[in-house]
Formats: sequence, structure tokens, C-alpha cells
Amino acid sequence: MHGFDPSFEARSAEFLGFFYLALALMNATASLYLWQAGKDKIKVWFNLGGVAFTNVLGWLSLSMLCVILAAAAMGGIPPKLPGWFIRNANAALTGNPGAIVYTLATTALLIIAYYWRRFFVKPVVAWTLFNASLLLMGLAMTNRPFWEIVAKPDNVPIVALVFLLGFFTWLATYKSVTNDDRAVEGLPPLEKDDDEKVLVWPDLVYTELICMIAITALLLIWAILLKAPLEEPASAVKTPNPSKAPWYFLGLQEMLVYYDPWMAGVVLPSLVIVGLMAIPYLDFNKKGNGYYTISQRRFAYIIFQVGFLELWVTLIVLGTFLRGPNWNFFGPFEEWDAHKVLVLNNIDLSQILWNDIFGTSVPTVTSDMGTFDSLLVVLKREWLGLLSVALYFIVLPPLLATTVFRKFFIKMGFVRYMTMVTLLLFMASLPIKMALRWAFNLKYIVAIPEFFFNI
Amino acid sequence: MASLGEIIRNSQIWKSVFRHPAPLDRRNRVVVMLTNFFLHLHPVSVKKQGIALSYTWCMGGVTFFLFLVETITGVLLMFYYRPTLEWAYHDILDLRDVTSLGILREIHRWGAHAMVITVWLHMYRVFLTGSYKPPREFNWVVGVILLLLTLLLSFTGYLLPWDQLAIWAITVGSNMARATPILGNEGPGQQLLSIGSIDMITNASDARFALLGARFVGEETLNRFYILHCIAIPLVVAFLLAIHFWRVRKDGGISGPL
Repeated sequence: MHGFDPSFEARSAEFLGFFYLALALMNATASLYLWQAGKDKIKVWFNLGGVAFTNVLGWLSLSMLCVILAAAAMGGIPPKLPGWFIRNANAALTGNPGAIVYTLATTALLIIAYYWRRFFVKPVVAWTLFNASLLLMGLAMTNRPFWEIVAKPDNVPIVALVFLLGFFTWLATYKSVTNDDRAVEGLPPLEKDDDEKVLVWPDLVYTELICMIAITALLLIWAILLKAPLEEPASAVKTPNPSKAPWYFLGLQEMLVYYDPWMAGVVLPSLVIVGLMAIPYLDFNKKGNGYYTISQRRFAYIIFQVGFLELWVTLIVLGTFLRGPNWNFFGPFEEWDAHKVLVLNNIDLSQILWNDIFGTSVPTVTSDMGTFDSLLVVLKREWLGLLSVALYFIVLPPLLATTVFRKFFIKMGFVRYMTMVTLLLFMASLPIKMALRWAFNLKYIVAIPEFFFNI
Repeated sequence: MASLGEIIRNSQIWKSVFRHPAPLDRRNRVVVMLTNFFLHLHPVSVKKQGIALSYTWCMGGVTFFLFLVETITGVLLMFYYRPTLEWAYHDILDLRDVTSLGILREIHRWGAHAMVITVWLHMYRVFLTGSYKPPREFNWVVGVILLLLTLLLSFTGYLLPWDQLAIWAITVGSNMARATPILGNEGPGQQLLSIGSIDMITNASDARFALLGARFVGEETLNRFYILHCIAIPLVVAFLLAIHFWRVRKDGGISGPL
């Protein structure tokens, strides 16, 4: 389809050969483990002419399928994603509405994963999903736009991050579910069951040594296989499009779509840091200290996961993989076209108020006005926005204290309660602004460009 | 007939370096933890479940190890790299193409990315096990500062190769400082700091200028970020790491159910 990069297909096929081999090895190891541990008889899927087709044979056949895929890839014909899949994925995710689809889909996935966690923590389910996502990624790697963005050296860590977070979230949830089930039966958490003490030498220092060696080996292999990026020499006149911050700040850069730099780049990141530091002083729940649990600290758990997985990590993934030239949204299989123009008619709340509701023109500050006079005009123009923001931060906290957060308010006292609610309101302001933008094309709730004060 | 190992271990030199016999029996495995400088960070014994990999994920330890890797490879790279407009890019180019052990740059860069990931995972684990709860509240605060400093270390290092990727990432990142309330040239409340009609906060005196040492990313910025990256931030990190580790011990060791 895109024949002008002759090296792409060869490079992707070479990579995929080793990728599928690793997958085959992984599944072969899994079936070997199940067999050795005597776990193969637990579930006989069906009988095949007298031979029990157990889970061991199931994973072994997947392993053999991967060997065949590896052979195909090494032979230069890696299997590709079907055309209808790419077309539909692109159609669903093209243009700036794509950010809506992406955000809603990731949110839905996280909610499903949380709500049905008892299903997803089953090793066989997790292993199946892990294999499925890796196979899907392997198929997608034959698509040039996907390959170019995922295989970019500085983006490799984010792919690793996504899989690592998936694994560790699964592990923590698995342990939490076990502990929560034990708590229902009146048993202590698993971590408490074993009070045995061991000497640090050798039990801990050897583990540390092995970790150090493993990390060193990993770094060396990574460094040999992947060159650190080095682009053209710096030029102050040639602005790349898109210009992106380092990947770990791309969640903040993505917030620039909804907020001005003073909020997205200064106020909100500072509040993230302050909010993280405040957690131990706001969380008065004494349960769940030193062991994995979800049901004993549901509120803290959900708030943290919304902040970390939803508002931090998924925004980074969005900013890295799906934002192209002019920070437009591009689907994972879409060419980054710098000339793609998306018409955005975002309007401020004051414009809606004065133009659409009052049917007059928006009051404007003229250059001959003094500071006081312009302030008056600004107040008259922006009163609705200022009022909404004030209501949000001043009226909501006491309202919540008498309703949903009643217990919190009584237990926390005024200062701690206000700190928590203010932090939560700031956190919630991002999804609120996203929703307002998507629903009403709303740009600013308060727009005072005269004083660089836009919310 | 004593074996060679025994002869070495019984020599005066060996005994003067290691202040204890080989940790082969229970007594000496205790003694080694108390008398060895590098090991005395640890307690003598720990709860078995507290050090289970499935519980700790070893992410704090891995982050510290990566910090050491970054320090060692970073010092070695400093011998070669000159932070000037004239040489910065060329030195990195040479590291890539001709210098022996130029792979140090790859290790340094991937190690930095890995460190950002492992420090997040460490925070994730500490949160999910509720290990920030009393008496460990303050150590969590220290940890959050260390996490922020890890990001800043990576951010300041991002500029040093002085290629397009570097200066535009830093330009995009530092443009935010322009919008700092009151102290930024384009931040809300910027007009508050003025004497009569003279504006105190201009593009040559605001928060962004303080960060860059200039009105745009240039030679002064390279010098500033180089010193922040190689000296200032690592010193603060080393200081806070000492506190972080000391507090782990003082607050009751690796966390576990009460």
C-alpha cells in the first residue's frame, strides 16, 4: 500500500519474527509449568479420541501457532490485520472526535475491569487477554503508521509501561481479591498469615543481587538492540510539527487542549504533587495498612486509580500515540498528515450568554479604558462564568458535606475535609471541561484574556 | 591442609577489609549485616512475606539501582561531553558513531526512561498496599518529592544532546513557565508586580527566564540544564534518598499488616 519506504516491511518482519518466537517460548513455558505443577488435569476441555485435550495442550498449540507465525514473519510474509479492521478502527477514531471515542472507551474498559475484577483476576483469563493483546499488537505492527509511532525509540518505554501496568494491576488486584474473600470469612490477609522471620543474609541480599544482575542484563540488551534517538542538530527556526514534550509530560500537554497553560502547565501539576503528598494526611481509614485490599478502602482506591490510570496514564498514551501534527487526533492506523485541517469553532461561555441568550454583542474592553473601568467591563461580561466557578468551589463543598460526604466531614474536621474536597474538585474539573468541550464546543468558562485569566 | 579460600580469608589483609568471618553460619550472617558499611542499611532479619517479590515488586530497589547506573554512566559521559553550542551535538554524534563505549549513552538514556517507569510503579505498589499510612506518612511525602526530582532529572537531561528533539521538547515544556500566575510574563496576575507603569515581570525577568537563563532555549539554557542535571538535582536526590532509606528503617522496616 505504501511502497515508498522499502526498509519498513523488512524491519517490521524481522522484528516480528523474534516477537512471535518470544511469544511461542512464553506459552511453551506456561504449559510446561502447568504440566510440572500438576495443574493439567484440573480442567479437561474436551476429549479428542481418548486423549484429554487439557489446558496444557491448549497453550502448547498456541505456542506452535506462534512458531508458524514466526516462520511466516521471518520469511517476509507476516500475517496482517484484516482490511476491514483497519478501516473500521480508523473510521471510529478519525479526527478530533476520536479523542472522545478514545477517552470514553478507555474509561469504559477501566470500569469493566474494576467491576468484574473477580473474573479478570483468574489466571487463565488474564493469560488469554495478555496473549490476545500481544497477538493484536503483532498483527498491527505490519501497518506502517502504527509501526512508525510504536517503534519510535523514545516511545518503546511507553509500550513497556502499558504492559507493566497491566501486569502489576492484575497482580495487585489478584492479591486484593484473595484478601477481600478471606476478610469475608473472618480470616486475616494472606500477608499476615505468615509471621516467619528470615535473615537478611542470604534471603534478601541474594534477591537484590539477582535483581541487579537482571536489570543490568536488560539494560545492556535494550542498549544493544535500540539506538538512542538523535535527530538533526538543534535549529531555533525549524519548528517540528508536532512539537512534543518528553513522554512523561504528555498528559500535561494533552490538558492544553482543554486548559490554558497557567492551569495545565502550572496550577494542575502543582496540585497533583500537593495532592499526592496530602494523601496520608487525608486518608483516615486505618484498614488496609500493609496488605493488598480493595473493598476495605474502596474510596481511596477508586480516587487514586481514576487519577493515575485514567487521568495520567491514558492521557500520556493519547498524547504520545494518537496526537499528530497540529495536535490533531489521528487513529492508530492513520497517516500523520500535516495538512489535515479540522475546523474547530470553540466558543466561550460569555459568547453563549451575550450572543445567543441576550442577543446582543459581547461587552468589550477598549484600549482607552483604565484598569478599573476595564475590570468593571470584564465583570459584567464574565459574571456567569465567574459565578459558576465560585459556586463550584464555594457552594459545592458544604453541599457535599451535608450529603454524600457527610461521614467524611464528621470524621475529618473542617480543614482536612476542605483540603480533600478542593483537591477532588480540581481533579474533577478536567473531565468536566472535557465533557463541556465535546458537548457544547465550550472553550472557556471564564475568558479574561486581558489579564491572561482563562478558565 | 587449609584450602586456598581459607588461607585468603584468614589473611591479615582480608580480615582488615572485612571485619567479620564469611557469612556461612547463623552467627556470622547476623554479624555481616552489622559490620559491613554497604549492608548496614538493612536490618538483620525481616518478615518473610515482607520481602516476597509478589508483595514488594522490588521497584524501590530497582529505582535506586537505576539511579546508581545513571550516576556511573553519567559521570563517564561527562568525561566526553562538552555542554556548549559548538560541541554538544558533535560529541553525542561521536558517541553514537565512533567513540569506544559510546553505548554508555544508550544505557544512560534507556536507564533514565526505565527509572521514570520504576519510580511510578514503586509509588503504585506503596499506594495499593496502603504503606503510606501511619507511621509512614512523612516518608511518602519524601517519596513524592523524589518522584518529582526523577522527572526533573530526566527533563533536564533531555536537552543535552542538543538536537531538534531536545530543544523543542524543552521549549514546549518550559513554555508553561511563561504562564505561571503572577511570576510569568503571560500568567494571570502578571500586572500585579509593577512599579507605577513599569512592568516588573517581562519576558526577560519571569519564571521562564529564570529556568532558561534567556528568553529562549539557547546556550545559557544548555549550561543551566547541564549543571542542574549533573550536579544540583543529583545532590538533592542523594540527600533525600538517605532520608528516605533511613526513615524506612525507623518507621518499622518494609511494611506489612499491623
